[in-house]
Amino acid sequence: MSSSGWNLTGDALAETLFSGVAVGCKYALVALGFVIVFKATKVLNFAQASFVLVGGFLCWQMAVTWELNFYVALLAAMVGGAVLGMVVEQLLMRRLLGEPPFALIMLTVGVLYVLDNVTTAIWGPEDRGLQDPWGSRTVDLGAVNLAVADLWTIGVTSAALLAFYLFFGHSSLGLAMRATADDQEAALAVGIDARTVHRVSWAVAGALGALAGIMLASGAGSVGPGLGLIALVAFPAMILGGLESPLGAVVGGLVIGMAQQLTALLQPEFAPWLGSGFERVAPYAIMVAILLVRPYGLFGEREVRRI
Amino acid sequence: MVVGSTIEPTLGQADKALDVENLEVVYNDVVLVLRGVSLNIARGAIVTLLGANGAGKTTLLRAVSGLLELHRADATKGSIRLDGHDVTRLASASRVGKGLAQVMEGRRIFTSLTVEENLRSGGIAAASRSEANDTFGRMLEMFPVLARRLHDVAGYLSGGEQQMLAIGRALMSGPSMLLLDEPSLGLAPRVVEQIRDVVVEVNRHGTSVLLVEQNAAMALSIADHGYVMEHGRIVREGPASSLLADRDIAEFYLGGGTDRRSYADVKTYRRRKTWGA
Ligand SMILES: Nc1ncnc2c1ncn2[C@@H]1O[C@H](COP(=O)(O)OP(=O)(O)OP(=O)(O)O)[C@@H](O)[C@H]1O
Ligand SMILES: [Mg+2]
Repeated sequence: MSSSGWNLTGDALAETLFSGVAVGCKYALVALGFVIVFKATKVLNFAQASFVLVGGFLCWQMAVTWELNFYVALLAAMVGGAVLGMVVEQLLMRRLLGEPPFALIMLTVGVLYVLDNVTTAIWGPEDRGLQDPWGSRTVDLGAVNLAVADLWTIGVTSAALLAFYLFFGHSSLGLAMRATADDQEAALAVGIDARTVHRVSWAVAGALGALAGIMLASGAGSVGPGLGLIALVAFPAMILGGLESPLGAVVGGLVIGMAQQLTALLQPEFAPWLGSGFERVAPYAIMVAILLVRPYGLFGEREVRRI
Repeated sequence: MVVGSTIEPTLGQADKALDVENLEVVYNDVVLVLRGVSLNIARGAIVTLLGANGAGKTTLLRAVSGLLELHRADATKGSIRLDGHDVTRLASASRVGKGLAQVMEGRRIFTSLTVEENLRSGGIAAASRSEANDTFGRMLEMFPVLARRLHDVAGYLSGGEQQMLAIGRALMSGPSMLLLDEPSLGLAPRVVEQIRDVVVEVNRHGTSVLLVEQNAAMALSIADHGYVMEHGRIVREGPASSLLADRDIAEFYLGGGTDRRSYADVKTYRRRKTWGA
């Protein structure tokens, strides 16, 4: 982005911040998926990364191989991600209900590896272009060039987050999810069906993961086995936000995305001794720094309990 | 050892709001906590269950409402019927669907949700949305304290307000059978009176009540019938009036006119002395 020699302009900074928001949106989607499952089941779901991977490939399959309309493919891939989430919950997690969370977390690591390998077995190891309608086109506002794919990422993510907010904060099922997260036994006692809550949580996480995968692969990105790894950068985003806070996941994602892009812009200039590719480490560095100050994360709550 | 036998043999299956028969509950596959408990509640009655700490009262309520699995416990023997339907193996949500509601020990309101959300969560299991809305309105009339604080986070309510909220939340599903686990625990006498009035009021509208209490004087003053549980068995039962007149009950649960009136005193006293020995 910045050419050789120090020439940081307001335009370059604006472009960087904008692309930082777009990158942050993708992390926010993944982190939100993590948080929803964690809230409902207290399980840290590493398989979230495979929802991202599978979502990207499903969209590619439908849009490129089957030549479906891209937006149809996008929605269908999200549905596919939701179904995958429910299948994982139904087949595996449910059998271990009541076991220590540690066993469940290891199980999600197992699912991550299995799905990664299955994906490679089906679609092969090479990277492929998603052939999305946005490509590498840009919109030029004076000297500031904004990638069309980034604009769409921000728009689609905003729509998804708004839908989630309405669902989680204002629907019966959302209330059931929040009640279950607060006190599972009390939720059962008032007649909330915990299984439905778990299934829906995994479905939402799967759909959000798939959407994140598509967004990561669009524009300058590509679909390939590495997609899942990028998703793991959302991990610090979730921890940064405080594990149980959907808002925290979104803010954490945005912070990480912007930090990453800013690091890519500024670090070669100011701290070249950190070596190349430091922006990939930056999210973890920020996570450590913030956790030192706020061990519960930015939005983590110390419990209010009065008994 | 077991003093009580099956009572009121004339009571038909259909007249019982709740019928627990010879129930045995085991925790972690090994700890036998309920050892053949039988108890029933005539439709429209208030029945109280008394017993020392650790007797198994909460475990019985967990069994009735279908929460054993969560505690790695299992009903290994016996049956539970709600309104004549066998619910022994049903999920908790289905039991709520059959008219059961519970106010759990320790209130267990959703501390991070608002008062309104707590109440609404109780209405998720209601027959219909309009019915839930009607009940919501009635709850606000019944509990003016809650009406005033609808949008406050429930974790910041006082203990008494939280207990009212827990009761209101349980009533939101429009139950025909209400279980209450020590609702007066740790609350001021004035609040205990309010809770008693609420229970009587709810019962007057046709809901059968099973009231687990430490406060035997309060419980027996409104109950039709009472049971005393010890070490996982029912050791006494009878009409509330006869239990009130009973000297042993008076000694153990009503303070016996001595200095054992305070909760902590009574609890330690009970741990030393037991029934049926
Ligand atoms: N989750 C559990 N696992 C193992 N044992 C348990 C569990 N919960 C309760 N128990 C045991 O079961 C017995 C009965 O407990 P329970 O809570 O039913 O008693 P209680 O009559 O409600 O007592 P309290 O008046 O103190 O509330 C106790 O000995 C207790 O230690
Ligand atoms: Mg108890």
